Amino acid sequence: MRTNRATEMSRFGILALAIFAVACAPSAPKGAQKSGGATSDVAIAAQKTYVAPGDLDEYYFFASGGHSGQVYVYGVPSMRHLSTIPVFTPYPATGYGFDDESKKMLGDLTWGDLHHPALSETGGDYDGRWLFVNEMNGRVARIDLRDFKTKQILGPIPNVSGNHASAFVTPNSEYSVMASRFSIPIPKGTVAGVDKYATDYKGVITGIKIDPKSGEMSFGWQVLMPPFNYDLGDAGKKASDGYVFFTSYNTEKATGKLEVTSTQKDRDYIAMVDWKLAEKSAAEGKGKMIGGVKVLDPKEIPGLVYFLPCGKSPHGVDVAPEGKWIVASGKLQGVTTVFNIEKIQTAIKNKNFTGEEDGIPVLKYEDIKDAEVEVGLGPLHTQFGPDNWAYTSLFVDSAIAKWKLGTWEVVDKVPMSYSIGHLSSAEGDTVSPDGKYLVGLNKLSHGRHLSVGPSQPESSQLVDISEEKMKLLYDAFTEPEPHYAQMIKADKLKPIEVYPKEENKHPYAIWDVKDAGVTRNGNKVLVKMVAVRSTLTPTDFEVKAGDEVTIAITNIEQTTDELHGFGLLDYNINIVVDPGETKQVTFKARKSGVFPFYCTNFCSALHQEMQGYFIVR
Amino acid sequence: MRDFLKRANAFLDAPLDLAPRVLVLTAALALIPTFTSPLYTMTMFAPQYPDGLRLQIFSYKLVGGNNGQDVKEVNVLNHYIGMRDLVSEDFGEFKWMPFVIGAFALLFARTAVMGKMTHLVDSIVLFVYFGAFSLWSFGYRMWSYGHDLAPTAAVKVQPFMPPMYGYKQIANFEVYNYPALGSYALGAAAFFLLLAFLLSAKRARAERLSAQ
Repeated sequence: MRTNRATEMSRFGILALAIFAVACAPSAPKGAQKSGGATSDVAIAAQKTYVAPGDLDEYYFFASGGHSGQVYVYGVPSMRHLSTIPVFTPYPATGYGFDDESKKMLGDLTWGDLHHPALSETGGDYDGRWLFVNEMNGRVARIDLRDFKTKQILGPIPNVSGNHASAFVTPNSEYSVMASRFSIPIPKGTVAGVDKYATDYKGVITGIKIDPKSGEMSFGWQVLMPPFNYDLGDAGKKASDGYVFFTSYNTEKATGKLEVTSTQKDRDYIAMVDWKLAEKSAAEGKGKMIGGVKVLDPKEIPGLVYFLPCGKSPHGVDVAPEGKWIVASGKLQGVTTVFNIEKIQTAIKNKNFTGEEDGIPVLKYEDIKDAEVEVGLGPLHTQFGPDNWAYTSLFVDSAIAKWKLGTWEVVDKVPMSYSIGHLSSAEGDTVSPDGKYLVGLNKLSHGRHLSVGPSQPESSQLVDISEEKMKLLYDAFTEPEPHYAQMIKADKLKPIEVYPKEENKHPYAIWDVKDAGVTRNGNKVLVKMVAVRSTLTPTDFEVKAGDEVTIAITNIEQTTDELHGFGLLDYNINIVVDPGETKQVTFKARKSGVFPFYCTNFCSALHQEMQGYFIVR
Repeated sequence: MRDFLKRANAFLDAPLDLAPRVLVLTAALALIPTFTSPLYTMTMFAPQYPDGLRLQIFSYKLVGGNNGQDVKEVNVLNHYIGMRDLVSEDFGEFKWMPFVIGAFALLFARTAVMGKMTHLVDSIVLFVYFGAFSLWSFGYRMWSYGHDLAPTAAVKVQPFMPPMYGYKQIANFEVYNYPALGSYALGAAAFFLLLAFLLSAKRARAERLSAQ
């Protein structure tokens, strides 16, 4: 296989040479030449990404699924898709969104635009416990990495609209944050025309409190902000611990055609929020009730928020491992700016402000920056490696720039195919980045894969960053749409493979087929069902039309991989029960007739026989 | 003939010397691992079970590997071929075996203290009988599990006998069955008893020759 590819590549090379020899101009730009540039050493790239059958990857890669509402799990360096974790969208493959519990968790919303996964941290380093993810409807969810399942969806949180700058966590996972991308009149439900935008519309920043033991999320505090569009965020760490930074655009407070109206000023702002002060102020009972929650007003709490001017229309803001430097870029510029937390603190102490925005002091750009690094056009996001290396994605240039914190020197660039958005390096947003691998999450992929029609996949490109020169290793194609991602060393996770029987506290759990059966209470029918190779017991049961039926299925297996499904035809029910788990589904027997049910998740040699009848008289 | 009987009686009545008594006591102590370690271990590999399924048979219980899960798994698989469930309650041996081994420890201790050749011979004969019976009983149990298959089984297989020592391929499973530390402890006890007997016999013979 490898030789075939190598031959093909060399043939391509010869073909390319021939074109150069006879024609005066190439038929395609340099970046489009598949065998040139960063892919030159095919054999080495193949070896570095080849994970032999049965071998395991070195890193887990958790990619956001964007408006698919899911999280995709990949292995690095193979870039193999390992599993999909449904979060904000029903997913029949795992029965998510069909059983009572997950249906209740999803509520009325069956989609969510999931952008920025954040692994839980202890001391600024990934601890492998939870993955927090945001969603544009104003929700945050927690995935437990013990079983890779969504455990909680919190929200929609009042007042926040378009929760984009989320779910970034503070260094000890004290908080996950949220912010309005779309300012609206608050509380939600208030109506005001866009002509009142500057006065009646508000941005809101929210701290979601995380229980340090259980990971349970609860409402923490909110901060009332001017009606800018808050875009992305990152929590300070070490030197900047205690602050959380958010980029904003449209500080013009404009409406209408934003691509013009919001890009008139040369600078927009990074909002720097003192979350420890917010926590303290909320605990002291400050703030006023809006939309049923306490909202802090920065005008009344000096020091709560400062604005740092930044190149216009910034996208990412990223805090370097030591916490001293904060990197942010105007996305229409050719440079990225590195701010210094010590300079920021000095400027605040000396009250070196240029003015204020709705009572929030604005610092002087020249006072607080250490450098403008000429990374290239359209800098969006920065990730880090060991030894002060930084990697910035360049949307317009469609490349990644490698540069050094401190010397500010740009040493290398690698082209991305095409139009890179976020990027994610190995533990690259923690206090101790691993280096080694980096994945560019690109928006466009045309021509890089077999065509699949107009709905093109996105591309995720694996880059080797272990050496001085970055090397493109592999193209992977991902479903819409990865935004940010997190890459964590595989040995930090210790997932279980069955739910231990003794942990099952479901009130209808049963562990012996003798206990399976049907009980009736008025028009409510409870079916306790056992799933074990290769029978669903009871194999048939009857109810009356109009009954409210609850089926609680316990998979009594304690063996890895022995999942059982319960698909009930014509009733839109499909449950998948993991070993040791009990799931229940409640529904009205509205249609009479005979309805087969069967195990949907292939389990055994006699899986096909694992079936029965639900009879409604 | 009479002379032989006279010599045999004298031999059986003779008190045991120190070394054989210590050996008999050692035999009693050697039985201790049978209460802490399995007598037999069965390991089964199949393509779907690369880590193997493990059963440990103690003198008083049946334990599955993977926190007991392997017994359940073996039973789930065996129900397809109509085999009875392996459950500790079915093994009558588990009720009497630890008691009998304890009794042997007492019998050996008694031999060491009372110290007559006849006690040693009793110990050896009974112990060998016990060992042989246990082995047969274990073998018979294996045989009946492999032969007493329900006629309604989904998968009809030829009745089979698992290996008593070593390896056998049964359907998609590689089955390995080997004695474990408990069995070796029983063997060691027997060895110490026999050694005590041989030492005594050798000494009696030497004494008889020197008396002549």
